[in-house]
Order: sequence, then C-alpha cells, then structure tokens
Amino acid sequence: MEAATARLGKGGSRRRRYGTGERRLALAMLSPSMIVIALVAAYPIGYAIWLSLNEYSVRVPGLSRFAGFDNYTEAFASPEFWQAVLVTFMFTAISVSLELIVGLGMALAMHEAFRGRGVLRTVVLVPWAVLTVVSAITWRTIFEPNLGLAPQLLSNLGLPGADVVWLGEEGYSLAVMILADVWKTAPFMALLLLAGLQVISDDVYDAAKVDGASTMQRFRRITLPLLAPAILVALIFRTLDALRIFDLPYVLTRGANNTTTLSLLAHQELTSNRLIGYGSALSVLTFIIVMAVSFLYIRTVGGNIRSLVEE
Amino acid sequence: MEAGAVTRPGTAVAERGKVAERRAPRRNWVRPALLWIAVALICVFCLLPFYWLINVSLKTGTDLSSADLIPPNPSLDNYKSIFENDDFISALRNSTIITTITTFLALLFGSFAAYALARLRFRFKFLVLAVVLSISTFPPIAIAAPIFKLWTDVGLYNTYTGLIIPYLTFALPLAIYILASFFKEIPKELEEAALVDGATHFQAFRKVVLPLAAPGLVTAGLLTAFFVWNEFLLAVTLTSSPSAYTVPVSVANFTGSTEFEVPLGTISAASVVITIPLVALVIIFQKRIVAGMTAGAVKG
Repeated sequence: MEAATARLGKGGSRRRRYGTGERRLALAMLSPSMIVIALVAAYPIGYAIWLSLNEYSVRVPGLSRFAGFDNYTEAFASPEFWQAVLVTFMFTAISVSLELIVGLGMALAMHEAFRGRGVLRTVVLVPWAVLTVVSAITWRTIFEPNLGLAPQLLSNLGLPGADVVWLGEEGYSLAVMILADVWKTAPFMALLLLAGLQVISDDVYDAAKVDGASTMQRFRRITLPLLAPAILVALIFRTLDALRIFDLPYVLTRGANNTTTLSLLAHQELTSNRLIGYGSALSVLTFIIVMAVSFLYIRTVGGNIRSLVEE
Repeated sequence: MEAGAVTRPGTAVAERGKVAERRAPRRNWVRPALLWIAVALICVFCLLPFYWLINVSLKTGTDLSSADLIPPNPSLDNYKSIFENDDFISALRNSTIITTITTFLALLFGSFAAYALARLRFRFKFLVLAVVLSISTFPPIAIAAPIFKLWTDVGLYNTYTGLIIPYLTFALPLAIYILASFFKEIPKELEEAALVDGATHFQAFRKVVLPLAAPGLVTAGLLTAFFVWNEFLLAVTLTSSPSAYTVPVSVANFTGSTEFEVPLGTISAASVVITIPLVALVIIFQKRIVAGMTAGAVKG
C-alpha cells in the first residue's frame, strides 16, 4: 500500500520534471566521461586502423605511403602471427578452464558456513591484490633453478621436472605463465561464483535432501544448473582478460620459448622493430578478436545491464 | 544450514565427530574434515607463493642460490638498497601521483555519469551503457600505437598527463558501473523529497545521493586505484625514461650491475614493497572490494 502510493508520487513528480531540463542535465553529467572515452578510445582506434593501412619508413621518419591491406596480408602470411594466435588461444583455453575449476572449488569452500570464513575471503583476495608484474616475478622466484621452491619440491618428491630450467624451455615456460595467471585470477572467479551461489535459495537444497538426493546429485542437478549464468559471465570475463595477456610473458620470458602472445607480438613490432604500420595491423587484429568475444559478453549480460538503466 | 550444524574449527571437529558417530553413521565428520582440508589447501595455494617472494627478498649473497624455506641469514639489505635507488623512489612517487589523480577524476566524472544513467531519463541510455561497458573490454594494445604517436607529437610522452588520460578511459567504465549499481540501491524517496522541497536534480545528487553512496565511492575508488597501480602495457609504451616509470615498469626493468645478472633479491624486495599497500587495503576493505567486484557480476 505504502509502496504503491510512493510509486504514484514518484511517477507524478517525474512527469512534472521530465523534460528538456532533465535531458540537458543528463547530457552535462555524461559529457566529461564521454569526451574522455571518445578521445582515448574511439579516436585512437580509428587512427590505429589508418596506421595499419599505411607503410612507414623505418629509415626516414615521417615518410609513409598508403599500402592498403598489405600489412594484413603480411600478417596472415607470417608464421609468427599464427604462432602468437596459437599461444594466445592455448594460454586462454588452459588458464581459463583451470581458473574455473580452482575458482569453483574455492567458491564452494567459501560458501560453507564455518568460523573463519571472513578470514578465508581475505586470504583469497591476496593473490588478486598482487600486481600482475609481481605475480610474474613471484612465480619466477618459485621456478628459478637452485633458488626456487618448485624444483626443490619436485626433487624431494621424486617427481620429474626437478632438473628442468622451467623458464628456459618451450612448454614449461607456458606452464609457468599459466600457473601465474591461475594463481592471480582464480580468486576473482571464485568471488564471482560465490556471489552466484549466495543467491541460490536454501529451500531448493532442503527439498532435494528430503527427496533423498546425495551431495553429488545436489551439486550436479541443482548447484551447477543454477550457477550456469554466473559461470558464463565469469568465463567470458576471464576470456576477455586472458586474450589481452601481456604483462606475464613480458616479465617471465620476453616472449622467448614460444610464449609470445598477440599483444606482446604487436608491442614488439611497434616498439623494438618500429614497424608502426605492421604493428598497428597486429593490434587491430587483436582488437577484432577481443571485441568478438566482448560482443558475446555484452549480449550475455545485456539483461543485467538493462535492469540497471530501467526504472 | 547443514554445514553450519556440523562444522566446528580445530580440535572441536574431532570431538564433534565422536559424538556424531553414536547418533548417525560417519557421514557427519567426513564433510567438515574435507572442508578443512580444502580450506588448508586454499590458504597454502594463495599465500605460499607470496611468502616465497618475501622469503627471497630477505636473502642475500650465496643464500640466493639455495631453496631454504626460511632465510638462513635474514637481512634487510635488499630493502635498504631499493630505497637508496633513486629510480625506484621516483617510480613510487610517479605511481602515487598518477593513481591519486586518476582515481579522483574517475570518481568525479564517473559519479556524474553513473547518476545520469541510474536516475535521469534520456534517450539512447542503453546504447551509452553498452559503449561504456565495451570500452572496459578494450585491449590496451589497440590504442598503444596511436596514443604513442599522438603523445610524441604533442609532447605528452613521458608525462603524468600522458598516462592519466588513457587510464581514465579504462577506469571510468569500471567506476561508472560500480557507482550506478550503488546509486540504484538508494531509495528514490529521499531524492523525491529533496526535489519537492525545491532542490534541483543536481543538488539532490550532490546533497542527498552522493553522501549516501559513500561506501560505493570507496569501493569504486579502491578498484580504480588497484587498476591504475597495476597497469603495465600503456605505462611501458608511453614512458621511456626511468624518471617517468611507474612502479610495475620500474620493477620489470630492474637489472643488476650487468645486463645478464638478474638481482632477484632486490627485485623481490621491490615487488614486496609495491604490493604491501594493496594487501593492507584488501585486509581492511575486504567486504567493500568483494562488493565492487561482484556489483552486478559484471566487472572487477
């Protein structure tokens, strides 16, 4: 009753005030953000596309010629590009899957009621707070020969890999990169999934228990399906991040041992090799790949967003 | 419910298990035992790597070639040496200034935009929000080259402003999204009352909504600051002199007396120093940060 009158009142006042004044205020309040975004996102993207269609002289600064899609055909013909695509996709697929498994485990543990749950949440946030560059350095110290915890542990347990220079060999380097990523970002996944778990009503579980469902059955038939939307959002979000990965290979290997990702390759062409046109083409290709996933993301969370803007 | 009834920390678990055995079959202690194993594993997984970094940072000389779990001769020499390193000190100063200014501007502009999106009525609102959100997923590499060219042309290369502007672009969507979801939570009646009393929309925003959304401002501010402090790709592209480096760039480019000698001890010490403030903030503001990360389960 009270709510109904309040809503009526609201509607009335809105009808009174909605008009050019409100629209003008909205425009004024949005414009600072929109100008910054347009200046540093929209315009540079357009400029990047333009740069990618030109060839710039390495020897004579400022000298350039329009090259059409030459930079793109060059990229598609280069093994480095496809290798970077492969590395980026492999890194993304493996690390995001592992993050889902680890994150889900963490979320389920944090969802249980026990003393010290708040402490566990803080503990889980520690890796998330660590800078990506520091995460790379941390895992480097762990896998360093002699100094590292991992070779020591492996040799004590009699497992293979103790004598390997992890950051000096193909495959192993990628594994360290994936570990560093999983360590840093599984907590993020866990907290998103925990938020998803918290909205599942206890009644559903109680009813299933009354019907004699086992813990495993309850997990497979209730938790997983009801958690699916949260899992999807977390997966897409992490995928977007993983596809852009740059810090980890830069610090761990500088791209050696087949760890050059798309962002790192584009960056190397732009800065070390000073190939602005070609580097821009690689950047634009990375942009297109990420934006394709991003489109999927916006569509998935579109419903959530709508609720934010709708009355 | 069930978990709450059966779990007790520490020694209580075993005791509880015994009592439960009489009433029901063993099931009752399996679950808490598994839970505590899981909790222990999570703690080791989350904390051990960072502990290792601290461990390495306390080692010097020949200790740096052994894998002791505890430094045999713990020393603060590495910390002393990084605080005598002018480049590292200037990186700390640069990052602090850039993070503070970016966070302040992101909250200022972001709260305007968020209020417009959450409360005001105008056309193309969904489009605006979709654009804002898609910016947050931009790969920074895509704008690195053009901004590098632009900044060298206009003299913003190696400057604070040259980093603050692009950071603002990436920080704004995050701030806008978190703040809008907080503004949504504030009862509209409060603003309506202010409007009826003759306040303008902007006054209602400034005097009523903003103070009530203080927790949201803290959350958005923390996440923005974390992002800026952490950012690497743009920082490494848009700066080239050690005096303009931010902390991640400075630490990533740490080299020893020769190019081939990697001073892991000092690198670790520097890494610990730049991470400690963030870990402290996480401990103090755990709830706020989690709220921000999961705001609508969209952006973190």
